[in-house]
Amino acid sequence: MTISRKDIEKVAVLARIRVDEEQVSALEKDLGNILDLVDQLAAADTANVEPLAHPLDAVQRLRADEVTESNQREAFQAIAPATENGLYLVPRVIE
Amino acid sequence: MQWDIVIGLEIHVQLATKTKIFSGSSTAYGAEPNTQASAVDLAMPGTLPVPNEQAFRYAVMFGLAVNADIERRSVFERKNYFYPDLPKGYQTTQLERPIVGPGYVDLDLAGGKTKRVRIHHAHLEEDAGKSLHDTFYDELGHGMTGIDLNRAGTPLIEVVTEPDMTNAEEAVAFAKKLHGIVTSLGICDGDMSQGSMRFDVNISLKPKGSDTLGTRTETKNLNSFRFMEQAIAHEVERQMDILEDGGTIVQETRLYNGDRDESRSMRTKEEANDYRYFPCPDLLPVEIDESFIEEARNSLPELPDARKARFMEHYGLNDYDAGLLAGDSKLAAFFEEAVSHGKDAKLTSNWIQGEFSARLNAEEKSVAESPITGAQLGDLVVRIADNTISSAGAKKVFEALWSGENDNVDAIIDAKGLKQVSDTGALESMVDEVLAGMPDQVAQYQNEEDPKKRKKMLGGFMGPLMKASKGQGNPKLFNEILVKKLGG
Amino acid sequence: MHNKSVAELSRELESGKISSVELTQQFLDRIKREDGQFNSFITVTEEQALADAKAADEQRAAGNATLWTGVPFAHKDIFCTTGVRTTCGSKMLENFVPPYDATVTENFRNAGAVCLGKTNMDEFAMGSSTESSYFGATTNPWGLSQGDKRVPGGSSGGSAAAVAARLVPAATATDTGGSIRQPAALCGITGLKPTYGRVSRYGMIAFASSLDQGGTMARTAEDNALMLNVMAGYDPKDSTSVDREVPDYTATLNEPLKGLRIGLPKEYFSDQLSPAMEQQVRNAVKEYEKLGATVKEVSLPNARLAIAAYYVIAPAEASANLSRFDGARYGYRCADPKDLMDMYTRTRAEGFGAEVKRRILVGTYALSAGYFDAYYLKAQKVRRLIQQDFVNAFKDVDVLMSPTTPSPAFIQGEKTNDPVTMYLEDVFTIAVNLAGVPAMSVPAGFVDGLPVGLQMIGDYFSEARLLNAAHLFQQATDWHQREAQ
Repeated sequence: MTISRKDIEKVAVLARIRVDEEQVSALEKDLGNILDLVDQLAAADTANVEPLAHPLDAVQRLRADEVTESNQREAFQAIAPATENGLYLVPRVIE
Repeated sequence: MQWDIVIGLEIHVQLATKTKIFSGSSTAYGAEPNTQASAVDLAMPGTLPVPNEQAFRYAVMFGLAVNADIERRSVFERKNYFYPDLPKGYQTTQLERPIVGPGYVDLDLAGGKTKRVRIHHAHLEEDAGKSLHDTFYDELGHGMTGIDLNRAGTPLIEVVTEPDMTNAEEAVAFAKKLHGIVTSLGICDGDMSQGSMRFDVNISLKPKGSDTLGTRTETKNLNSFRFMEQAIAHEVERQMDILEDGGTIVQETRLYNGDRDESRSMRTKEEANDYRYFPCPDLLPVEIDESFIEEARNSLPELPDARKARFMEHYGLNDYDAGLLAGDSKLAAFFEEAVSHGKDAKLTSNWIQGEFSARLNAEEKSVAESPITGAQLGDLVVRIADNTISSAGAKKVFEALWSGENDNVDAIIDAKGLKQVSDTGALESMVDEVLAGMPDQVAQYQNEEDPKKRKKMLGGFMGPLMKASKGQGNPKLFNEILVKKLGG
Repeated sequence: MHNKSVAELSRELESGKISSVELTQQFLDRIKREDGQFNSFITVTEEQALADAKAADEQRAAGNATLWTGVPFAHKDIFCTTGVRTTCGSKMLENFVPPYDATVTENFRNAGAVCLGKTNMDEFAMGSSTESSYFGATTNPWGLSQGDKRVPGGSSGGSAAAVAARLVPAATATDTGGSIRQPAALCGITGLKPTYGRVSRYGMIAFASSLDQGGTMARTAEDNALMLNVMAGYDPKDSTSVDREVPDYTATLNEPLKGLRIGLPKEYFSDQLSPAMEQQVRNAVKEYEKLGATVKEVSLPNARLAIAAYYVIAPAEASANLSRFDGARYGYRCADPKDLMDMYTRTRAEGFGAEVKRRILVGTYALSAGYFDAYYLKAQKVRRLIQQDFVNAFKDVDVLMSPTTPSPAFIQGEKTNDPVTMYLEDVFTIAVNLAGVPAMSVPAGFVDGLPVGLQMIGDYFSEARLLNAAHLFQQATDWHQREAQ
């Protein structure tokens, strides 16, 4: 399976990773090789096989509805790139 | 050209759990920004979600209340997209295996008509945080957005209907019905101004009678019934204009501005969304067993439909009044408290729908925020019914209660001297005295043939009579005595 | 002291021959002196370690010592440590100092162990050579004397090299596709990847959630057992951790191996394996026969699909797990972002290294519209087939044995140009993670002066049996005691 430049540009936007023009060719080759490896899957006979999402066939445990967390804003925001008045600051969203 | 309107709704209902869906952070409204955002809510590296049992209980209660199938095994998935109010870069939600399957709600419409709206499914998911778009700048003067993640992780159920509604009236009726159900269940505080319930409306048009659905648009985040009604009218008109000009509808998400009655497309970039859903590997399938469902079933409170039937039977209310009072759990509770004091259900209902609702609306208050209690309104109704006060006097008492001037109905009546004189003998002598002083008018009245005009002329005597009684004469009795004395 | 095992050091401390402060200082000095050539640590926490050692000595004086009280060790830099930066080998988290502990961190803290620092790793645990670390590659102590700079394996290459070089007696590690076993093999030490869900993942920075598992590295099987005693257990903060009793893993170390049924998966003894490597593994198996085990050939017919399935599932999960590194709340943010999109795309382009970006892109692609069924869903189905292979195999045998890697430690830079060649390093280890079963790598000989690892795979929750088998092998051999010159 080959992956096109257009595909790479598309997934780069979805993944929010800037890919510069000169990196595209190398990615085309590397991702193409990885997808070739992965394409072995196509040959497997998986008719009537249920997908396996978790190795253990376990069921989710649920938590009681009790407040266990306290305010730690100061500690969390001490490691934040930008905050003001208790808010995290990010560049303005342009819609 | 004639068009059929096709409307489907997606409703986000914030669940009234104490803590978030995947962390033990409080969900209390109104806290300082980010003081209720734990390491899990902030998507700190290595942190993991653990689901809240109460969110599942509430979802099951909701499912039972809308006649839906409860799925015994539900699965959380990740919906991937980047936005600053979404800390993990994905929303944990349900897609293939939601907790609530197909169900329905029956609506009572004007003119005694009913309508069934089918529910496609309802799923559990987490809410996002909030973005504050104003007033922040970085050192270079670039505008910045402030992010508050207190709301991030608040449990939601998203209710998705089939496109069964054909006009704004039905859509609003459905929305109100759903509001009544979730507030009656106690699973949502129903406070729309705080975003506890938010509506997305999917609208499309098709030529009248056609079987083929048109392209739909989605108008997002409507947070009042009025805006919803306006937004539907606005979007229907917009689509109709485009179609009648030979244009085509673009499938898109739109934002409606209720203050300006305008809408705009939300996407300016052509980048298509591709949410890349897949089962969340940090969570296992949730299995709900029969005992959990039975427990939820047994904890179901009275729902609006049952309450309406009871109001009709027990209080003798008509269909309309019963439906209106029973539809909202807080209003229904207010009514029941009032009527337990006021006895006269019809009169109580009239006061609640009249003066009381008008004042709430005028001051944009919810029933819970009302300054007067059901008991007080009931006491007031008692004094109206036993003729202690006139309706004009009752309005003055209501005013005094509302403003907090005094909290006791009888004390207000005394203090303001609003008690009516209902002693027939005393009233008769007042009438005699007043009529004696108005011979011309009496003659005029008695010469008038037209009963309508005569009735109107009676009013001419009421002013002097009320003055003579210092405003305390029972107007109804005055009227009866006048008619008798003047001869028909 | 630096040649002693955890068990031995614990006894030294207990006897009062040495204090924890003295012992800690000795190891810290050794790290200072030696680690320049290995680069096995990203962060050394000297001050904190000495303070903890002092506290441990006081604890012991008060009569409240555990087996671990005052014993030095290190954490892979993937486990969050309160107040100590946790980088995951990435520029993205270069200055990230978490205000919380991973559950594993907390467990060692509660046991009184003294953490000397955070070990190097492939960025976000994505790699098999510890060359993708933002903090520079780690060098394998083996081969240096011949003048070769060889990889220690990865992603837990820092922990493996540090243990092999006697900079610490033990270190934590994680294994998503072989990241404990492969470096343990290449560095000549013993490593254990427990059953998925046996050790809490809370606070362990996620790579691929359904495959990641924290585990142990030390020179002896006994020390691995001592570590697992501290690490294993149910954690209400990790929904995928298993609520199941934790045995004392040291209690059964000496159970006789008579009657142990060993299976040799024929797919793992194929032509990709060099005859020299194979010989070492077969010799080890013979040793087990001497100890009373029986041996038969078994088949894992779908094992050949494991790498393909893994390189869909792991990148897909990673692509979502790494979305949180967006420059908004912690970690790296690019300079002067001009708008939100610019902040996201440059922060992630600059903060992640090449391999991490490749995997995020592959995972994004595999999950995207039109490819989901062919890649992700198909891989999950193949995953079930692979799991069934193990379930079937364990109907007939107790332990599967194979080489851990197809070849010994390779020269740095040899495989960095072609990601796929690097991926094939994990050809024998990856299926284990897809199935979620436990597995170990145990030193089992040398090829060209470089260590060879024997992989032992057990049924779900059979860690005690694996440790028992490894321990008795180590009573009969001394491969695990060899030291790089």
